[in-house]
Amino acid sequence: MKLFEYARAADAREALERFRPGTMYLGGGTNLVDLMRLGVARPDFLVDVTRLPYDTIDADGDGLRIGAAVRNSDLAAHPAVRERYPMLARAVLSGASGQVRNMATTAGNLLQRTRCPYFQDVSRPCNKRRPASGCPAIPGDHENLAILGHSEQCVATHPSDMAVALAALGAQVHVTGPASDRVVPIPGLHRLPGAEPERDTVLTPGELITAITLPPPPPGRSHYRKVRERASFAFALVSVAAVLDVDEASDTVRDCRIALGGVAHVPWRAERAEAALRGAPATEEEFVRAAEAELAEARPLPRNAYKVPLARNLIVRTLQELIP
Amino acid sequence: MNRVEGRDKVTGRARYAFEYPAEDVAYVHPVQAAVTRGRILSVDATDALATPGVLAVLSCAEPPALGSREDAELALFQSDQVAYRGQLVAAVVARAPETAREAAEHGVRIGYDAEPHDVLLRADHPGLYTPEKVNPGMPAETRRGDVEAGFAEAAVTVDATYTTPTLHNNPMEPHATMAVWEENGDLTLYDSTQGAADDRDTIAEVLGLPPERVRVVAPHVGGGFGSKGTTRPNAILAALAARAAGRPVKLALTRQQMYDLTGYRTPTIQRVRLGADAEGRLTAISHEAVEQSSTLMEFAEQTAAPTRVMYAAPNRRTTHRLVRLDVPTPSWMRAPGECPGMFALESAMDELAVAAGIDPIELRIRNEPDVDPENDLPFSSRNLVACLREGARRFGWEGRDPRPGIRLDGRWLIGTGVAASTYPSRRMASTADATVEDGDFVIRIAAADIGTGARTVLTRIAAETLGTAPERVRVEVGDSALPRASLAGGSMGTASWGSAVVRACEALLKNGERGTADTTEDVEGDTGFSRHAFGAQFAEVRVDLDTGEVRVPRLLGVFAAGRILEPKLARSQFVGGMTMGMGMALMEQTIVDERDGGFLNHDLAQYHVAACADVQDIDAVWIEEEDPHLNPMGAKGVGEIGIVGTAAAVANAVHHATGRRVRDLPITPPKLVG
Repeated sequence: MKLFEYARAADAREALERFRPGTMYLGGGTNLVDLMRLGVARPDFLVDVTRLPYDTIDADGDGLRIGAAVRNSDLAAHPAVRERYPMLARAVLSGASGQVRNMATTAGNLLQRTRCPYFQDVSRPCNKRRPASGCPAIPGDHENLAILGHSEQCVATHPSDMAVALAALGAQVHVTGPASDRVVPIPGLHRLPGAEPERDTVLTPGELITAITLPPPPPGRSHYRKVRERASFAFALVSVAAVLDVDEASDTVRDCRIALGGVAHVPWRAERAEAALRGAPATEEEFVRAAEAELAEARPLPRNAYKVPLARNLIVRTLQELIP
Repeated sequence: MNRVEGRDKVTGRARYAFEYPAEDVAYVHPVQAAVTRGRILSVDATDALATPGVLAVLSCAEPPALGSREDAELALFQSDQVAYRGQLVAAVVARAPETAREAAEHGVRIGYDAEPHDVLLRADHPGLYTPEKVNPGMPAETRRGDVEAGFAEAAVTVDATYTTPTLHNNPMEPHATMAVWEENGDLTLYDSTQGAADDRDTIAEVLGLPPERVRVVAPHVGGGFGSKGTTRPNAILAALAARAAGRPVKLALTRQQMYDLTGYRTPTIQRVRLGADAEGRLTAISHEAVEQSSTLMEFAEQTAAPTRVMYAAPNRRTTHRLVRLDVPTPSWMRAPGECPGMFALESAMDELAVAAGIDPIELRIRNEPDVDPENDLPFSSRNLVACLREGARRFGWEGRDPRPGIRLDGRWLIGTGVAASTYPSRRMASTADATVEDGDFVIRIAAADIGTGARTVLTRIAAETLGTAPERVRVEVGDSALPRASLAGGSMGTASWGSAVVRACEALLKNGERGTADTTEDVEGDTGFSRHAFGAQFAEVRVDLDTGEVRVPRLLGVFAAGRILEPKLARSQFVGGMTMGMGMALMEQTIVDERDGGFLNHDLAQYHVAACADVQDIDAVWIEEEDPHLNPMGAKGVGEIGIVGTAAAVANAVHHATGRRVRDLPITPPKLVG
């Protein structure tokens, strides 16, 4: 393990001031410390941002403001989250284990790295970890990797469950940085790998997430469903966050939001499926049509083709269950 | 009885190998081969040696003197040949573990001449051969009657190929060692081992020391499942590093290193052919296993061995063929042979039941042999049929509709399945010592408690023999300085050690002060019978129509394992084995990258073992079984039979639920969705 310095910042200003090349911000450490042990992350300097005053959830008003340092367990257990955004609570609780959620922070959850096995093993090439070294997952094992939006450089998936629910809810990420403060939407925070798979997000060096805000809960019913062969403590093969608002008089879809996990380098907002469904009859046939419209652009690899029917089935079944 | 050391364990007072303190201790970190096959051309440790805190670098550039190179996995740094990716090729010793690791990963440059490698097991591999013996010394092939004639006369046949993946043991405690060279040249190792005496002997031989100058201390071991049953490179490396650094050295393999360096279950390709008459009576059984070993050493798993004892059939054949690949040497993992072999045989029996239109329990009962079907020896006891019947009663098997794919609860397909279990009941020679100290009884035996409760059951055995309360008995295990005993393996621990403890206690009762025992002669007399435990496992599964997820709401095991000495501990072993078997059925697999030749998912986040959430209603019970032909306790081993048959029971239930027969484990959503 590489020697590194450690400092605990009291506020955002101090964190930003301390940031220099080779610095990483440390949240719960549930992913970063693992990556440091594995030699995947080799920071010179860790600035601990868990003591910044971002550990509260503000439920006043129509939406919700979640501090960046709020622990995943606290987020999932918060009454306002459970009552108004149950899909988010469910997504958070479907991730990791109780112990990990007790440590992991909201911002850290968003910024966790892919669990692609090649990325996590420094004895192997990986374009994300060592640009231009190659992607052995494409000719090798990619059973759990991306079917949408991947590139010849990278087929990694984003591992977060929480981010999938946030993508469906239209969350905003509040960022402070050396130059200025800004707001980045989800989807929009994470980027597709393209020719620069080493960049997971649009954040620039030194930028620090301070909060996530949610708009008022969308009308309709919502659900988060995650598929995995082990019943807990496993990343999604495919997951779906879905909100469905049905006009009961006409049995047509007034609005819907669908986001997928485990299929892409980003939490994948299924905009084609949503567009196909708005105004359409709330029927299984239409759900199938919408799911297939979304998955028409899927480019599965030889060993992960199962994700296409799995994602289709998951979208259709989840929407079916949301019909009032 | 609760575990006698339970309080020590939950309060952290029980010490494991890595936790022993030592003055001025150093740490060693391995460097592993970056190529899968080839030759080491150069070792440049300049940067490592220039790192503050680094004490020594070991590699084949300066091969350390060893007494024996016979075990090529333990002959560290003796050769410039690389036999598999991840092989130990160098190591760095430093004052701090972080320094050792950083210098090992970034300060040692090894130049290789890489050669093309071959890591893929396949049934048509040109290098396949028949080994002389299979583990633990059984014939590789058996034949009786005319198998082809048996198939020709059969009314119903099954001919199917089943595959099981590479599997890793994954005990909680990593393989860890602290090595301390005493001033007089003696060596003490605190080593995570399943057998202190055998470990001591192996280490002494490899290092070229007389055994009496080496002591292995291992009172508490955090699991092994077979992976700590033989000496591992960590023990030799710690000793060499301590010698090089001139101070005690500690080493705990990382989880990732454990995958390469501590053994694994070979993948298998098994063709099973069954022929039966119209009533389901077997006319022929053929079980052909294909498996792998390394180029370094032969380890031949006894995959088809359980087929030799399970069912009556006049015409029968079992074969094993091996291919030597550029892979680490496979080794023991809970029920080697029986576990993967019974997945194939018991899946095939289910296929035969479906093909013949006979209930799978009835099919097994119709093929129950009177004597061991391979050697005509009488069974010392055999209660498979009783287990099947008792299980059927408890599970509610009667009236089961055999048609597959017709039970739907919401979006879940429901199915049930059954499979048989078996495991040999053997024992090995051991010695023990029983004395009276301060008015209490002290039993000394170099047994191993790897989390099974061995210390506890031996306490109970001693107390019963002595006619005293368990509280009056203290049992000392886990130290090669104690009276020699066999290792914890092959489900032989309790039978082997218990025999010695009973004899030592009997001698103490006669003598009044001290009793010793050596069971060598007793064990040599263990002939004339075929000795095996049997069981029946029942599974109910739910398969999600949309996602292919399989969940197991019910799992029941009924076992006939002689006298159950300590119900609480025995149940833990059965349930633990069944849980591991369920993991084997549904999730466990080590993935090999065929291009780079190495294991890929080498940690507990990626290699999935069953979690608590996967275990719903799981139960293990046993039937009363008296067997006078075993040992003084009348007990059969219970450590491994629980994992035997579980995967087949689950796979058979998946077929009943879905109509889909998955013959390659594990049964994951990608194989069922769509």
